[in-house]
Amino acid sequence: MSSYEEPKPSKLQPLHPAQEALLLAEADRNLAALLPPQQESRLNRALDKHGLTRRDFIAWATVMTATLGLPPAFTGRVARAAEAATRLPIIWQELQSCTGNSMALLRTANPGLDNIILEVLSLEYHPALMAAAGDQAKAVLAGSIEKHRGQYIAIFEGSVPVGQRGIFMTSGSKGEPSTDLVRRIARDAKYVLSAGTCAAYGGIPKAGPNPTEAMGIKEFLRDNNIRTPVINLPACPVGATNIVGTILELVLFGRVPQLDAFDRPVWAYGTRIHDKCERRGNFDAGEFVQSWADISSLKKGFCLYKVGCKGPFTYNNCGVVRYNQGTSWPIQAGHGCVGCSEPNFWDTMTPFHQPVAARVFSPPVLSDSTADRVGLWTMGAVAVGIAAHAVGTMVRSALEDRKASKTSPEPKE
Amino acid sequence: MAERIVVDPITRIEGHLRIEAAVDAQGVISQAYSSGTAFRGIELIMRGRDPRDLGMFTQRICGVCTYQHYEVSTEAVEHAYGVRVPPNARLVRNLMWTAQVVYDHVVHFYHLHGMDWFDIVSALGANPARAVRVAHEYHANPYNASESHYGLVAQRLTRFVQSGQLGPFAGAYWGHPAYKLTPEENLIMASHYLDALALQRVMSQMLAIFGAKSPHPQSLIVGGVTSVRDALSAERIGQYLFMLKQAQDFIDRAYLPDLVMMGTRYKDEALRGDGAGLSNYMSVGALPLDEEPWENQHFFLPKGLVVNRDLTRVLPIDPQKITEEVARSYYTYEGDQTALHPFEGQTNPQYTGLEPDGKLKVDGKYSWLKSPRYDGLNVEVGPLARLIVAYAAGNEASKRIMDGYTARIGVPFRFWYSTLGRTVARGMETKLLADYMPTLVNELVANVSKGDERFFTSYSPKDGDGFRMSEVPRGTLSHWVRVKNGRIENFQAVVPSTWNASPRDAKGQVGAYEASLAGQRLADPEKPLEILRTVHSFDPCLACAVHLLDPKGNPLAHLKIKV
Repeated sequence: MSSYEEPKPSKLQPLHPAQEALLLAEADRNLAALLPPQQESRLNRALDKHGLTRRDFIAWATVMTATLGLPPAFTGRVARAAEAATRLPIIWQELQSCTGNSMALLRTANPGLDNIILEVLSLEYHPALMAAAGDQAKAVLAGSIEKHRGQYIAIFEGSVPVGQRGIFMTSGSKGEPSTDLVRRIARDAKYVLSAGTCAAYGGIPKAGPNPTEAMGIKEFLRDNNIRTPVINLPACPVGATNIVGTILELVLFGRVPQLDAFDRPVWAYGTRIHDKCERRGNFDAGEFVQSWADISSLKKGFCLYKVGCKGPFTYNNCGVVRYNQGTSWPIQAGHGCVGCSEPNFWDTMTPFHQPVAARVFSPPVLSDSTADRVGLWTMGAVAVGIAAHAVGTMVRSALEDRKASKTSPEPKE
Repeated sequence: MAERIVVDPITRIEGHLRIEAAVDAQGVISQAYSSGTAFRGIELIMRGRDPRDLGMFTQRICGVCTYQHYEVSTEAVEHAYGVRVPPNARLVRNLMWTAQVVYDHVVHFYHLHGMDWFDIVSALGANPARAVRVAHEYHANPYNASESHYGLVAQRLTRFVQSGQLGPFAGAYWGHPAYKLTPEENLIMASHYLDALALQRVMSQMLAIFGAKSPHPQSLIVGGVTSVRDALSAERIGQYLFMLKQAQDFIDRAYLPDLVMMGTRYKDEALRGDGAGLSNYMSVGALPLDEEPWENQHFFLPKGLVVNRDLTRVLPIDPQKITEEVARSYYTYEGDQTALHPFEGQTNPQYTGLEPDGKLKVDGKYSWLKSPRYDGLNVEVGPLARLIVAYAAGNEASKRIMDGYTARIGVPFRFWYSTLGRTVARGMETKLLADYMPTLVNELVANVSKGDERFFTSYSPKDGDGFRMSEVPRGTLSHWVRVKNGRIENFQAVVPSTWNASPRDAKGQVGAYEASLAGQRLADPEKPLEILRTVHSFDPCLACAVHLLDPKGNPLAHLKIKV
C-alpha cells in the first residue's frame, strides 16, 4: 500500500537549522491554540471506523510531510495538524462546474487517509453529497456562515459567470445569482480555496469566446474588493492530496503557504511535469513517439512530446502523486499532458496532439525557469528549446531507426 | 386552488436543477415543471477548433458520467472522418465504458439516491443481532453482516449524531412518513452506504487502469486508444479483474439483496404506479460488440423503441427522426419552425425571465432545456428504458433477471412502470454488465495473444458530418459534429437528461420528469421527499442537459450549456 511508501525526497531547498527551529516553534504555537491536549478527536474515531491504527496514521503523516516539502521533524506536527483540521468547518459550493473535483475527492484515497480526513472535516455544506435539498439546504448554508463567521474555509468548484448580471447561474427559491452567492460565502470565510482549474482561472467556461463571461474566483473577488486570501488548486480535476495538503499547511502555520505567480502552493505546483516525468530519460535520449501510428515506440514508453505532450510547460505534482490511489496518470497511459493546471490551457495548449512549438508565439527570450517567471506568453521560449532538442536528437534517432530496420522490419501502423 | 412549491436546489445530482410542483389541498401534484438553472456554453466554445480536441473538451460537460462524452465525441469525429478503429481499441473502450457505468450506478444508488429510501436516524434504534437475521432473509451470505459489524456501525452513527455536527446529513427529511424500512433494514442500508464509499474508490481505479485517471480519463484519440502498454500488460489486466471481483462481490451480496428488500417494502407504491411517467421507451444500443458503423452495429443491450408499453413490438431507431423543440424553452427557431434535426439546430435565445415572486412562468417559456422528441414522441431513456426495450426484443439475459426479480417479490410486470422500477432496473443492469465484463477482458486477451497489436487506425482528416449515438449511464447520448475546412463548424449534443428533464413541447406533451411527478401525493408538501425520490430515480445530470444562450443575443448555431 502506498501508505507505507518511502517518503519522497523533499523538493525544496534544505532548511537552515535555525530556520527549521523557527518554523517548528511557529507550528507548535498554532497547534497549541487549535488543539486542546488529551481530547478524543474525531480523527481517532474515523481511524477506528476504517480499521486503521495510529501507526498507519503516522506512516501517512510521514509521506504527507515529505510531499509538503517539510523536514522529517515535522511529521508529528503534521499528524497533529490533521487532528486539528477535523474541527475546521468547510463550505463547498459548486458553480459553473462539472462536479469532477467533488468526484475526484470521493474517488481518491491515496495515500489512504486523505479521504478520511475529508470525511471528518466538518463538511457543513456540499450540494452534491448532502441529504437536505431546497430551502432546507439553503438554511444549512446560511446557518453555517452565521455560526462559523470568519472561521470556515470556503472551497469553490467551477467558475463564476458574471455576464448579464449573473443570470447564467441561479439557485434557491428566489433565484439568487451565483455572483451574490460567491460574495456571501467568500466575504466571511477565513480562507478561500479554488478547487480545480475552472474555479482557479475560469477553466473551460472561460475558453474562447467565453459565452457567459466566466472568471476564476480570485479575479472575481478582486473585482469585488473582497480581501479573503485565495489559494488556487488547479488541475482538471485537482487530486485530493493537494487539497488536503493545503488545508494542513493552513492549520500548521496559520497562514497562506508560499504561492507561485499563479497563486498555487509551491509545495504542490513548484515542479514541472517534465522534470519529474518517468519518460524524461527517453526525452533526453531523443526517443520519441513519432505519431500515433508508431506502435513500437508507444509500446516502449517513449517520450510523448511530438504527439503533443505539454509536460514541459506545466507545473503540478501529478507525475509523483498520480491519480486514483496511484493507479496511473496521463503519461503512463500513453497520452501526453494537456497542461490542465495552467491558466487558459484550453486556448493556449490546443490542439492537444500537436507540440507547442507548432504554434505561433512571440516570447521574450528567457532561460528555463520556474513558474514564477514563466508566464504563458513565454511558453514559446521553452518550446523553441524543447523543439530544438527534439530536432537535434531526431538525426540520431533516424540513424538508429535505420540500423534497427535492418534487423527487424518496422511494424505497419 | 393549487399551491406551487419550489425545490431549488435539488441536491445529490450533478448540476443545478429546479423543480416546481402545483399541489392541491390533498397534497396531490397536478402539474410539475422542471428547469435547469446554469449555463457554460460548451457547444459554442467548440466552434472553430480542431475536431480531434472535441472529446477532451466535451468530457468536461460532466465529471460524474465522466468518460462517456469523451468516447461519444471521439467516435462522432471518427464517423465524420470515416475511420474504423481496430478491435483492440474498441475492447479497451468497452472496458472503460463498463467500468464507468457500473461505478456510476453503485454510487448513484447508495450515495446520491439511497437516502430517499432509507432513514439514517432510524438506524440508530436498530438491534444489530436482529439486523443480521434480517440480512439473511435477503441473501444466504450477506455482505459484511455480523452482529459486531452492525453494532459498530450503529455505535458510530450514534456518536456522529450526538456530536451535533451532522455535516452532509443535516437538514434532511429524517422521520418522514414516506420512509418505510424498519430500523434494522435502515441499519443494513447505512452499513452498505459506508461499504460502498470504500468500494467505489476501488471501482474507479478500474477506469484509471486504461484511462489514466478518473474523473476525466485521458487515453482516447481519434482512431484508437493510447493506453497500449496497459492493455498489453498481464499485470494491469489482472489488476482490473481483481478489482472487478471485489465489485461483483458487493453487487451480488449487498446491492441486489438491498433491491429485493426495497421491493418488498415499497412494492405498494410501485404497483400504485407512483412515478410511472411516460409510456414510450427508447434505447440506441448499449455496449457495442463490433466496430461496424452504428446502423449495422450489434450491442450487448439492443436498440429499439417501445411505444405505449406495447411489448409485442420493438420499432427500429432512425437517427433522422430525432428533433429538438423549443415551444416552451427560452429559444425561437427561424420561420416559426417548431422542430429541427440536430444537424440543422439553431439557438436563438429568447429569455423571458421569471415571475415577480421568483417562480417560473409556467404558461410560457420556462426552461433552458430544449425538448428532444423521437418522431414527435416524448420518450423516457435510461436503464429502465434499455431493459424494457431489451425485454421486448427477447433479450434472454434481461428477461431472466427482470422476471426473476418480480417473481422473488411476487409482483406483476407493471411493477417496472414506477419510480422504484426505475431504481431497481439500474441495479439489474449493473449486474448484467458486471457479469459480462470478464468476457470483454477475455476477448482482448485472446485477440492480443493472436498477435494483433493494433490499437490505432491511421486516417486523413476530412470535412463532413459525423454523429455517434450511444447509451450511457443516464440514457441515450448523441453527439453531432459538422467539420468544415478542417475545423468544427457546428457541434451539438443531445443528452439523456435533456430527454428526461425536458419541458413541454408545442403539442403540450410533457417531459419524463414532469410526467412521473404528476399525480403523486405528497405526505408533507413542506418536505417533498416524494419529489426527490422520483427525480433522483432518473439520476439527473443537469450539467449535460442545458442548452446554451449567447449572452450578447447573437444568433448561434446550436449550443449546449453546462450547469
